[in-house]
Parts: sequence; C-alpha cells; structure tokens
Amino acid sequence: MSSETLTDARTSRLLTVIRVIYMLKTVWAVIVALLIGAIFILLAGGDPIEGYTALFKGAFLDYWGIGDTLVRMSPLLLAGLAVIIPLRAGLFNIGAEGQIYIGALFATIAALYLPGFLPGWIRIILCMMAGALGGGMWAAIPGLLKAYRGTNEIITSLLLSYVAIYLIGAVLHAWLIEPGAPYPYSREIDKSLELPIFMPRTQAHVGIMVAWAAAILVAVMLWRTTLGQAIQVVGHNKHASSYAGLSVKRLTVLSFAMGGAMGGLAGTFEVLGLKYRLFDHFSPGYGMQGIIVAFLAALNPIGAIFAAIFLAGLQVGAGSMQRATGIDTTMVAALQGLVVLCVAVGLAFKFHPDRWRRRIAAWRGNE
Amino acid sequence: MFDFLIDPVQLANVLGTALRLSIPLIFAAMGGLLCERSGVFNIALEGQILFGAFGAAVGAFYFGSAYGGLVIAIAFGAASGLLLAVLGITLRVNQIVVGIAIILFATGFTSFMSRLLFPGGGNSLKLDGFSNIDIPLLSDIPILGPVLFSQNGLVYVAIFSVFAVHFVLFRTRVGMSIRAVGESPAAADAAGIHVFALRYACVIIGSSLAALGGAYLVLTQVLLFSDNISAGKGFIALAAIVLGRWQPSIAFMACLLFGLFDAVQLRMQFDQPDIPYQVFAALPYLVAILALVGLMGQANPPSSVGRPYDREMR
Repeated sequence: MSSETLTDARTSRLLTVIRVIYMLKTVWAVIVALLIGAIFILLAGGDPIEGYTALFKGAFLDYWGIGDTLVRMSPLLLAGLAVIIPLRAGLFNIGAEGQIYIGALFATIAALYLPGFLPGWIRIILCMMAGALGGGMWAAIPGLLKAYRGTNEIITSLLLSYVAIYLIGAVLHAWLIEPGAPYPYSREIDKSLELPIFMPRTQAHVGIMVAWAAAILVAVMLWRTTLGQAIQVVGHNKHASSYAGLSVKRLTVLSFAMGGAMGGLAGTFEVLGLKYRLFDHFSPGYGMQGIIVAFLAALNPIGAIFAAIFLAGLQVGAGSMQRATGIDTTMVAALQGLVVLCVAVGLAFKFHPDRWRRRIAAWRGNE
Repeated sequence: MFDFLIDPVQLANVLGTALRLSIPLIFAAMGGLLCERSGVFNIALEGQILFGAFGAAVGAFYFGSAYGGLVIAIAFGAASGLLLAVLGITLRVNQIVVGIAIILFATGFTSFMSRLLFPGGGNSLKLDGFSNIDIPLLSDIPILGPVLFSQNGLVYVAIFSVFAVHFVLFRTRVGMSIRAVGESPAAADAAGIHVFALRYACVIIGSSLAALGGAYLVLTQVLLFSDNISAGKGFIALAAIVLGRWQPSIAFMACLLFGLFDAVQLRMQFDQPDIPYQVFAALPYLVAILALVGLMGQANPPSSVGRPYDREMR
C-alpha cells in the first residue's frame, strides 16, 4: 500500500468522525444549554450538580416520576408534530396552542353529548376524531389564508391562539360550565370515557401510546407516501413544485390541517386522559413548547418522541429540583429557552466535507 | 351598547385609552419596520417587548428611578437585537427560527429572573414610573386636551419615533442605503454600501425601540412586572407593519386602529357584564387577523427580507 492511499484512508476516517460530531450537534446544544443553566442555578444560590441530579432523578429514575414524565410527554409530542408537519412544507405553525384548545373543546362537547347507549370505546374514538377535527379545522384557517390570500401564516396562526383561548373561556362561561364551579371548568365526562391507565397508580393513560403511534404514522406519511413526499418537495421549493404539477395551495392547507389535528389530539387527551373536564387555561403553553420539540428533533417525527420525553422530564423534574435545592421551577422555563436558542445557534454549523478535507490537508502539510 | 360614542366626555376617554394602548404597538411596529426595511425579518418583537418590560422593571427597581428602567430596557432590547443580528445576519441561521427562539428564551428567562430578582416575583412591585406631562395650551382644550395632550413622555417619544423613522428612511442618504440593502443587498454592496454594518445598526436600534414598548407598559401603565406581559402585542405590531405596507405613517395608523379596537372592547366589557368578557377580549386579535385578510391589493415586503446576505453567493 502506498503512503498516499494510507493518508486518504486516514482522511476519510477522520471525515467520518467529524461528520458524526456534526450529526450530534443537537446533543452539544443541549449540553451547552445545561451548562449555561448551571450558571442560572448558581445565581439562584443553588448547587448545579445537586439541582440537576435531583431534576433527572425525579423525572427518570422514579416510578411515579416516569409516569408523570410520560403524561407530560403526550401533549408536548403531539404539539411538536403539529409544528413539524407544516414546517416540512416550509410553513410555520406557531399557533398549536389554539389548536390544542379547540381540539379539547370539540372532544369535551362530544364526550358530554354523545348518546350514552354507544359503548365507551366507540365514544372515545369519536371524541378523538372530534378533537382532531376541531384542531384541524382551526389550523386550516391560517392554511387557507396563506394559500388563497397570501397572508403571513406566522402572524395569523399565533393571533388565532389568543382567539381560541378566549373562545374556550366564553363557551365555558355560557354553556359548558359546571353549575356552582368556583373557576370556569366544564361538567365531568362520563366514567366510561376516561382513558385506561397502563401504569398502575400513576396517571399514565393510553393516550401516550396513541401519541407514539401518531409520531410513527407521521414519519411513515412523510417518508413513505406520495402526500408526504409532495409536502417535502413544497417545503424545498414552492416554484419548482408548482411546475412539477403539485398543488401548492392544497398542500399548504392540508399540511396545516394535519398539524392542527395533532394539536387537537393533544387537547383531547388532556381532557379524556388527565383532567376529565375542560378547564379554562388548562395548557401551560404546550403549543409554544411544541416548537422547541420540533427544533430539538430537527423536524424528525421519531426524534420528536425523544425530544418530548426530554422536555417533559425537565418539566416534571423541576418540582424535585425545587424540593431539593429551593430553586424555583421557572428555572426550567429559562432552560427550555436556552435549549432552543442553542439549537438555533447549532443550525449555523453545517458539515461541508470539502472544506474539512482542505483543512485536514493543510494540517497534514504543516506536520 | 355604543352609548359612549355619543357622549363627548366618554368618547374622549375611550380615545385617550386607545392612544395609551397603541403606544407599545407603535414602538414595536417602528422597530420591526426598520429591521424589515433593511432586509432582516424581526419576528422576535414579542420577545423584545417582554425583555424591555423586564429590563424596565429591573432598572426602576434597583436604581429607584424610571430613567434607570429606561436605560436597562434599552440595553436588553439592544442585546436581543445583537443576538438576532449575529445569528440571522452573520451566521445566516433562518431568521424566523432565530426570532421564535428569542421569544421562547425571553419568556423563560424573564419569568425565572423576575422570581429571582423581585420580592414576590414582580407581581407586587410598586415601581417609580413616569408621570404625565401637560403640553401648554393644547392640554387646556376642553375634553380632548387632557386625554390627548396630557400624557407621559414616552407617548410623545413613540409619536416622535414615527416621524424619525419616516425621516431617516425617506429623507436621508442613510435611509436610501437602508432601503437599498433591504431590496437588493448585492447591488448595494457593489455600490459600496456596508450591508452588514447597516443591517446590524437597524436591527439593534429597531430591537431597542421594540423594547421601549415593553418599558412603556411597565413604567407608565402597570408599574410592576408579570409573566408574559407582552400578550401577543409583538405579533399585532407585525400585522400593523404588513397592514402599513412597510410605510411608517400607515403602520402608525394601523397601530392606532388596533389600539382603538382594544379601547372599545375594554369599554364594552365594562358596559356589558352579562356577555362573557372573553367575547370582547378576543376582538383586538380578531380585528388584526381580519385586517390582514381584508388587505386590498398586494402588500409587497422589501424583496430581500428574511434572506441573509452571503457575499460569496453574489
């Protein structure tokens, strides 16, 4: 073997290593965020190692903690999918919050008013369909406006969230409210509609598994169906795809509606699986946190499962951290912001094999 | 339901409220407009209002004066602008992604830090704010005078900012360069204009202006800090920019219109206790959406907005 081919082999091995380092950039981003977060903990007068240990132990190493983390994961994952599908078509859905609320409203109405002679499981499926439909229709509004009026979907989807939240409040107030309730919440849904729990003595309901299945279905849809391929083509180049005969308008509306359906399901499970009622202001910002999930997962639906588990773990562990070190749970909100910021910084680093090859050659030359 | 429109005293009251409510929108819209004219999409306005509000509370709390609050608010705004500029201009990360990241960071950071820095999390603060300044003669006009010409200094600053942005953009050489950079950075670069320097300047100044919107909320309206005090105002300001077709004067009128609807709905909440207040509270958001949808004709943003400039790709 000549020395030249040996150098080539070494170079390509080194390139593979560098490529892997680039592929893991989300992991680096999270690590950097956790390190900056450690400074926040120090500022708050806590011990970062003690704080993080308590946080991750509480979220992932404790039976009830795991149950809580999974419960939190479900809306975060579905909200993440609500962002991912339209973003694959190049559209920003930052209004998943509103879609979650409308989904929950539709599901609650279905749960309260579907005829009682239907078996429970059929009614549960109908409630889920109603929730998905509600979220999908609400999301179709910015989709339609974008497609047919060219209205900026970022602005409309977000503003519609505020409308949705107030709409829920008004509907609760005027119609669904439990008589005598001190705070606006609806009547309780029927016992037979409560989602079964799969981890005894926790709140982990089967909606969590449906969310996982939804993530897998979205992945299949995006990568194995013509619809998914069309969505991604539109995301890459709108003009080219309309030349190729794809209806950009139809795909704009459809991708938004599909995303909204995911958001609607998130709201549905909060009612059927967790609270058994529709509460005013029940979501602590799952819609916006779905954006973090989507970015963390690099828009990969399967990756979103892990991103959502991580984020849910942070939120659940925040309580344990507060009990152990006295640091306020909002520290995790700041940490989530740092994570998304670091992921955004990570987007600046793209792997260019040729540049690295040249750099390696330069280093070799210096030796 | 609309009795207050007939009674002059009540009408003047509503108009005064409308002006007060439109001020944060005006600051944010002027800031965002400056950024977009230079070719940078600043969707982070919402987060910058929040940073400004938080900075104002920190400054006013620790320095014990509203001016201290103003300085820290501007510093926070400028810092968030620098972040947007470094990521979105130099590192060429998608500006919408950066903007959303800044909003999410602002939300988490301010809610954590406010609990760390303020007793009771900022909700129970009683900060020193700005008091109202009477403009001589004008404030003596019956009915309208006191509501329109006896406002705090920041209101006048906001209105001045509209003239300033308009003047700089359309009456100065720098403004012509800014617009050129926003339309065609490659051509501007070839003509010897410093594309990056101008964009950095516009984004940092624009973000500081948006932060003033938040400072106004804290230092003149509520005198405390609470989580998510921006409540979607940044996005309504974005709508006002589109509605104003990237012209400061029209965007200003759009802000006034949104402020008016907000004032009217507040009044109606008060007048109609039988109707759930949420029906009215949703109105300003709905109006902003409808205004965007009903926009007649094409609204053309500066043609290179949102596209980071890469000298190697000329």
